[in-house]
Amino acid sequence: MPPPRTRGTALRHRLAELRGTDVPAKAMDARALAALAANPGCERRAILDGAGVDKAALASALGAPSAFGQSQFALVRGNAFEAKAKADGGAELLRLVHEKLDRGAEPPARAHVPDLSAIGPEGRSARTALALREAVEARDWTLLDHPMLALDVAGSPAFLEPDAVVVHPDGSWTVVEIKSFPMLDGSADPAKVGAAARQAAVYVLALEQVAARLAPAPRVRHQVLLVCPKDFSNLPTASAVDVRKQRAVTGRQLARLTRIQDIADALPENTCFSPELPAAELTAAVESVPAAYAPECLSACELAFHCRDRSRAAGAVTSLGRAVRAELGGLATVGDVLAAAGGETGDPDDPAVAALRRAAELRAEALGRRAVGEAVPCR
Amino acid sequence: MSLISTLARLEAVATGHAQPAATVRHRHLSDRPLVFVPLTTAGEAGAPLGALLGTDRDAPRLLVVPQPRDRDLRFAFLAELADVVLPYVDGYAEAVEAAERTETDPETGKRVKVEAELCADAPQLIVPSRAGIDFVRLLGRSMRFRRTAEQDPETPYPAPPRVPLLGRWLTHVGERARVPGSALLLAMTDVLARHWATGQSSLEDQHLGALLAWIAPPDDEPGTEAALRAELARDAQGQLLCPPAGPATDPAFDNRLLAPAIERYDRARTAFAAAEDGLEADDRLGALTAAEREIRDLVLSRTLPTWQKVWQGLDLLRALPAGAHIEERWTRDRWSFTGHRDRITAGEPPQPRRDDAVTAAGKLAAREREQARLEAQEALDDPLVMAGRRLSGEAFAGEVTDVVMAYSESRRPSPRPLITVRTGDRPHLAERVRVYRSLSGKPQAAEFVERAGDDLIVLRIVDKMGRGKTPEEGSVPDKGDPVCFTLFEHEQRGGAKLPDPEQTPWTHGGPPGEAVLPEADPMTAEDLL
Repeated sequence: MPPPRTRGTALRHRLAELRGTDVPAKAMDARALAALAANPGCERRAILDGAGVDKAALASALGAPSAFGQSQFALVRGNAFEAKAKADGGAELLRLVHEKLDRGAEPPARAHVPDLSAIGPEGRSARTALALREAVEARDWTLLDHPMLALDVAGSPAFLEPDAVVVHPDGSWTVVEIKSFPMLDGSADPAKVGAAARQAAVYVLALEQVAARLAPAPRVRHQVLLVCPKDFSNLPTASAVDVRKQRAVTGRQLARLTRIQDIADALPENTCFSPELPAAELTAAVESVPAAYAPECLSACELAFHCRDRSRAAGAVTSLGRAVRAELGGLATVGDVLAAAGGETGDPDDPAVAALRRAAELRAEALGRRAVGEAVPCR
Repeated sequence: MSLISTLARLEAVATGHAQPAATVRHRHLSDRPLVFVPLTTAGEAGAPLGALLGTDRDAPRLLVVPQPRDRDLRFAFLAELADVVLPYVDGYAEAVEAAERTETDPETGKRVKVEAELCADAPQLIVPSRAGIDFVRLLGRSMRFRRTAEQDPETPYPAPPRVPLLGRWLTHVGERARVPGSALLLAMTDVLARHWATGQSSLEDQHLGALLAWIAPPDDEPGTEAALRAELARDAQGQLLCPPAGPATDPAFDNRLLAPAIERYDRARTAFAAAEDGLEADDRLGALTAAEREIRDLVLSRTLPTWQKVWQGLDLLRALPAGAHIEERWTRDRWSFTGHRDRITAGEPPQPRRDDAVTAAGKLAAREREQARLEAQEALDDPLVMAGRRLSGEAFAGEVTDVVMAYSESRRPSPRPLITVRTGDRPHLAERVRVYRSLSGKPQAAEFVERAGDDLIVLRIVDKMGRGKTPEEGSVPDKGDPVCFTLFEHEQRGGAKLPDPEQTPWTHGGPPGEAVLPEADPMTAEDLL
């Protein structure tokens, strides 16, 4: 007789089925979580990430391969810089944390760098939690190099690996994010800093879950340390980044994520996303979960090209941008909008329709006069 | 995005072709622009991989850094870049015309006109995409503080002469590109997207190949398909058929082609350095040259398609009639160019890392003013832009249905005619709101009086009618004339005057002090970036 299954193991079993037997699960990282939180309405992404499906492989199997990839130059440079920033047992890193975030504390004399190695993500996250507790009790600077944190995402655990976490002498915790884009004259590319902040916010949320299990709960600082190369050199420099806003947004979005369980329950029996399946079957499986495509997905999701094809084929105006959708009121497809603008359909009393017709008239007028070679006089 | 441009995008989706977003060209294009297609090394801040540049579309100059992590090779690249760009820039510094400039007289504090030199034309740099503009700024920042051996004999890695000067020019055009409507440095994707609406999002419009696929699809293929091919199609080797416009390269190119080629180059160079006699060295030099040749070919293969696309974009843009105000804005660019030329001639130090408070405030004020100016001028030049302003209630067009002569109530009555305009537009008019129309290039003001009916607006014209009791010929519209009034002003007034930098109040950091030559960036000992 099989042992009685709890809800948790049942879900895990169901997700493994969705992923396909013998397909290894792909771990969810902070970048994926931040992207997921940026588009919380996308059930497709939620279930695929939740089930640990390799979306890049899935996209290739669907015939719409993703364009993501990392140049080995960037990879080498990133690793070399991270190694340099953490050199000397993290002495430089702790100095930067002290200088930028905690000047009142005792300057770090030497760094405690506990060994965090363990077997499997569960083992490593347990080891990290233990090391964090010990560091709080030790009342001294401690550097956790690549700790492992578990975060509950829509009912299933995700394991996250920040670059480093520093424990201050007062027992508070700081997330350290090491990036290899340059900080030029004290400022860096805002888009990249924003992405780093969203990613760090996920780590802060995960750390808060760990902290909540300790008594008294240590403080997780809402300022993270962003470490970047200074100007054109490879010397590390750092800046404190306040992630309160990103933390609040990400936390709210993650809480809003439809529970993966509910999405899984709504799927037809025998649905499977294994890249081994024939493309037609796979397309049907992917289509059975609704997606919320917007052009921003192109830089955040491996499946974006597939979803874009679908969105365009359906004539969805969102494929031109979320802002477009917002200004068109209830009209959601290209055909509807053009028909309404042309006066064929739509309620003329609807302000969106009226504005559209007026816009179409004005546009035709401006272009029509050009066609006969005279400009609209503006006298 | 206004509803009109949204509509244009939807039409583009429906027809499969880009739709006009402008009826005239809104940016000045030089007869002889310098097209600059740079490539950079992934992950590095200031390591160019190469560039294709020049003013002749049939004879671009290819510059390549075979090992981007080698400081000497990078310097050689920058020196070559200076040899191409600086003669081009200097070519515009000589020809000048006399002009007038208003300056504050230091003694009386009054604004007076002074004679000044204005360069007759200015250089224009064109890069493929917005990322190219950022790269120009980055190059400028990386070079302008460098010291040459002449400036500082002690400097550990002296920069080749003229490299710091190139840095200052690139910084200048990079800064100028932040001013709305300026044209010293243009990104082709931005300019094309200004004039055509495609059936994809503005994010996707930043891909030059995809954008052109919508505007000028090969063989009249639907834009969606042509754009998709430009974005994604790969050859048998897994390389993109339409390489990204840069400066970032495709990771597949880096990993499969470039990295092995650079490795071969490194090996050949080590072998050459280890050669023990002349004969061996000759052989190995051959191998080294071949390895370098290979990298040059790779860089050329990634930049040439973009180069051709930029020129194709220029052709498309040149086919549009020029907007009436672009010459005026180009004159401002010429002033900007002349000003920087004078600063360099006067031996002023390079632009600082951070602007002082007054300069920064001045720049921001200028950008705001130019933005307002650009919006007004584009609307006046282009009925399609004006249509957008009419839709949003900032302008109205119609026909004059009635003209009633009236006079002001002062001691010497001047004409204040009342005109009635019939319009289908719905402008946001409150009592005595001023509206403007363009009267042979000059704005004429009128005041809103009342609405005489659903579509009838009564206005009182208040100026530009001459000094006499009867208005000058043509200064008041006649019954039946088409008119177009705007609620926004046509000309921008400067804001409140800022103090001189020397007068910066202590609340804003105080005076910047003597201009000193900023420190060069420290060089790390190892030759990694």
